[in-house]
Amino acid sequence: MSINPDKSIKFSPMHRLQWEEAQQKHVILYPEGMVELNQSSAEILKLCDGSRNLAQIVSELELKFVTEGLTDDITAFLEVALQNGWINQN
Amino acid sequence: MAGLTKTNPTPPRWLLAELTYACPLQCPYCANPIDYAKYQTELDTEDWKRVLTQARKMGAVQLGFSGGEPLTRKDLTELVKHARDLGYYSNLITSGYGLTEEKIIQLKEAGLDHIQVSIQASTQELNDHIAGTTSFQHKKEVARLVKKHGYPMVLCVVIHRENIHQMAQILEMAEELGADYLELANTQYYGWAHANRDLLLPTKEQFEQAEQIAQAYKEKVAGKMKIYYVVPDFYEDRPKACMNGWGTTFLTIAPDGVALPCHSARELPGLDCPNVNDYSIEEIWNESKAFNFFRGLEWMKEPCRSCDEKEKDFGGCRCQAYLLTGDMYNADPVCSKSPDHAVIRQAIDSAAKNALSADAKPLIFRNSKNSRLLS
Repeated sequence: MSINPDKSIKFSPMHRLQWEEAQQKHVILYPEGMVELNQSSAEILKLCDGSRNLAQIVSELELKFVTEGLTDDITAFLEVALQNGWINQN
Repeated sequence: MAGLTKTNPTPPRWLLAELTYACPLQCPYCANPIDYAKYQTELDTEDWKRVLTQARKMGAVQLGFSGGEPLTRKDLTELVKHARDLGYYSNLITSGYGLTEEKIIQLKEAGLDHIQVSIQASTQELNDHIAGTTSFQHKKEVARLVKKHGYPMVLCVVIHRENIHQMAQILEMAEELGADYLELANTQYYGWAHANRDLLLPTKEQFEQAEQIAQAYKEKVAGKMKIYYVVPDFYEDRPKACMNGWGTTFLTIAPDGVALPCHSARELPGLDCPNVNDYSIEEIWNESKAFNFFRGLEWMKEPCRSCDEKEKDFGGCRCQAYLLTGDMYNADPVCSKSPDHAVIRQAIDSAAKNALSADAKPLIFRNSKNSRLLS
């Protein structure tokens, strides 16, 4: 399974992404489980709202953090997210 | 010594809200205590709301509404709504009995995240026998409705000697119903399951065969249906890391408001488990004797004390140590290093002997009459 660069990416409706005040981090919640996210993973997933494709997510984050060359890292993380069912593409 | 060494406890993450002991089913492996019938009082709506609010403030985020059958509580939807407002990820753990499409929609609107439906077997005859109630067709219908209304659908099947031969059919049924998650929970022998162990514990050969079938199916449905396989600890040589360590992660509130470090801990002697009517969740979690009893590693006796795996499994399960050795400080006898390990072999032999016996004893079903008789 790999990311299709032409299609938009959407966070799975079968999971929930939310900020946990007590843990001071974002988490993904699903039946019987919870994944704690670091800040960069959370920033990527927050942009997966079905309106952006891979390139758009990359450029938005590069702009936000005033940096370049994030494509490989973001792609690698999104492939893991896809395999885990946290995101999908339709 | 237990109870005296206070470590800095991590906050609770999982809250199990046992709303009631009332249940229309009579499963002979029920995790409720044998003497549940003597606990008649139930927390009211405002008490539960306060408990949910306080636990959430500490950091609890995964919430299970359980029982008994939680659908028997008239205020379930109101509690679900309160939980959603607080930001919990909430789960209804139900037999499906009495669950209608209207209620499924109402709970969804209130903010329920997922529903876990139990099914007892892959055939009507066996399901209805184990449940002690005609319920098979309705459960399958509920599973379809849960799916139809956009919930992740979790199917839970407790595995034991009466249904383990149906493993392949159970997997097919789950796939056919469109389960997103299938929990295959090998029976853990506490409470009612402990009382019925001679009738429920499968042989090692049965376990191995069933596990092979389940593992092979796991690969077949990868990416579609996630299978959680709860291992049968009687056939392991190391104990489970019970509750992820005592008082580290899990908090159970029983129907009458008693707070427990695990749902079986009510049966342990001398813990003086606190009640939410008397203390806040924060006081209970951080200060109470019960929650500090087996925190950390200081309470351990040999062979756990000098064991290099003690930080991995925390000596196993305190309830199992108590039930099988009579001393809750002992190593979980599942461990092959335990001097009491022979009791596991004896239990397996006793169950096998009973299975072959012509006058096998009958199952004791979980109901108030039997609860009163046995306690």
